[in-house]
Amino acid sequence: MTAYDKVMAARDANKLTSVDYISKMFGDSFIELHGDRRFADDKAIVAGLAMLFDTPVTVIGIEKGRNTKERIERNFGQAHPEGYRKALRLMKQAEKFHRPILCLVDTSGAYCGISAEERGQGQAIAENILEMSTLKTPILTILIGEGGSGGALALAVADEVWMLENAVYSVISPEGCASILWKDSSKAPQAAEALKLTAQDLFDLGVIERIIRQPKAEDQAMFESLKLLISRTFEKNLALSSDELVNARYERFRKIGVPAE
Amino acid sequence: MDLFSFRKPKNELESLPDEQQNVPFVPDEMWVKCPKCNTMLLTTDLEENHRICTKCNHHFRMNARQRIEMIADKDSFCEHDGELESKNILNFPGYDRKLEKARAKGARESVVCGKCKIEGIDVVMCVMDSDFMMGSMGTVTGERITRAFEHATEKGLPVIVFTVSGGARMQEGILSLMQMAKTSAAVKRHSDAGLLYITVLTDPTTGGVTASFAMEGDIILAEPDTLVGFAGPRVIEQTIRQKLPKDFQTSEFVKEKGFIDAVVSRDDLKNTLVKLLKLHGYICEEGDRQ
Repeated sequence: MTAYDKVMAARDANKLTSVDYISKMFGDSFIELHGDRRFADDKAIVAGLAMLFDTPVTVIGIEKGRNTKERIERNFGQAHPEGYRKALRLMKQAEKFHRPILCLVDTSGAYCGISAEERGQGQAIAENILEMSTLKTPILTILIGEGGSGGALALAVADEVWMLENAVYSVISPEGCASILWKDSSKAPQAAEALKLTAQDLFDLGVIERIIRQPKAEDQAMFESLKLLISRTFEKNLALSSDELVNARYERFRKIGVPAE
Repeated sequence: MDLFSFRKPKNELESLPDEQQNVPFVPDEMWVKCPKCNTMLLTTDLEENHRICTKCNHHFRMNARQRIEMIADKDSFCEHDGELESKNILNFPGYDRKLEKARAKGARESVVCGKCKIEGIDVVMCVMDSDFMMGSMGTVTGERITRAFEHATEKGLPVIVFTVSGGARMQEGILSLMQMAKTSAAVKRHSDAGLLYITVLTDPTTGGVTASFAMEGDIILAEPDTLVGFAGPRVIEQTIRQKLPKDFQTSEFVKEKGFIDAVVSRDDLKNTLVKLLKLHGYICEEGDRQ
């Protein structure tokens, strides 16, 4: 598969979305919680509480929707500032009760429109990134499809970041990159290659910790083993003191892109 | 290397051959047209007026050198980590040439960081530069800013950042995106140490810089005529397929919407910064008063 094939796979309308993962992994234990307590409830972000075996966790996912009606309702997984603020509210709540946080990321990017700018898209993303850097509870982020720039990072300042084998994570879409740099969006495949956005690329660059095999909807055993993997990671990080946890998270990002001297 | 040794000598007339000195000499850069009111301005007048149009008050862009000269006490700026320079870490096609071209224009990187005094008060200052790849944030940009915050935290100093940026530098791929997290984490540690951070947004401040350290100041100021936004206006127009309102994403607009503390004219900027520093208990050390 070329890098651009992976981009297409990550965008595939038939692949599993956040709500699928939540129902496969947490079943009936999931309770959805709504709203940012300031402006509105953004349906592009689905969030709530669930039981991971016998540990309560906070789950926050970006949801693209599974059919046309849902996609419109979910704004195609492009969150507004209130979506990021809902996520932050629930992350702070998780910190209060010392619950681990699982974030599922699948977005082409934060919404780029008048309403989003008016309500401070940049400020909302900045605040999430800032606050997550010292949140005193374990955070794990899994990219399950597209990881579009700042809109993805706003849920990915975590202790570990994992990616599905066909997920992508990039600073800009290959089409956007090709049209800005080469004035030709049909060169997106070359841009995808150059941007180094596949799971393997990001693993090699030290930006993610783990690549996960693509689960199939009917394969419940794979979801069970994914749950086990998540649970072990939370256990490991719950055993750390708050300072150790937060320092490790700082170092995780601190070392990225330090020029060799 | 002296930070600004790459700049052209000021008086170019002196170096002209004799025969050329007899003909009227009007260098191209002698006049500039104000994009707002179309007045022709003498470059020297414009420079003396902090690059503000003498007729309509339009704020022209300033590079890092000009900014430091305007804000820092004379000869007080001491650059840190100037030796860190961008490399083509992902072997991105065309990036080496782009870096060369950017450096040929004068600036070495999209941000200059260091320590200086402002009316005798010690501060750490980071000044982004639109002359270098439109202030795009690469790994070295992120590293320089992170080190500046870490240094300030260690020494108990306030930080002032002047932002100008087209966003993350796509030629460094995901590594440039990660600088948003790296810099923000350093801002948070500085903040948790009880230290003051002021950002001054200058034209244009967009993308990954807006969505990280630009919006994380205790106090956020902006110059007039500044574009402030997450998505650029062209991207938004393409997304929603309609024209944007005229004042959309101006500094006045974002103030109106509640996202910045004040719009401050360049004339009044140094004064405002000094007032804010003093209100937070930062004072001029004895003997430093000018």
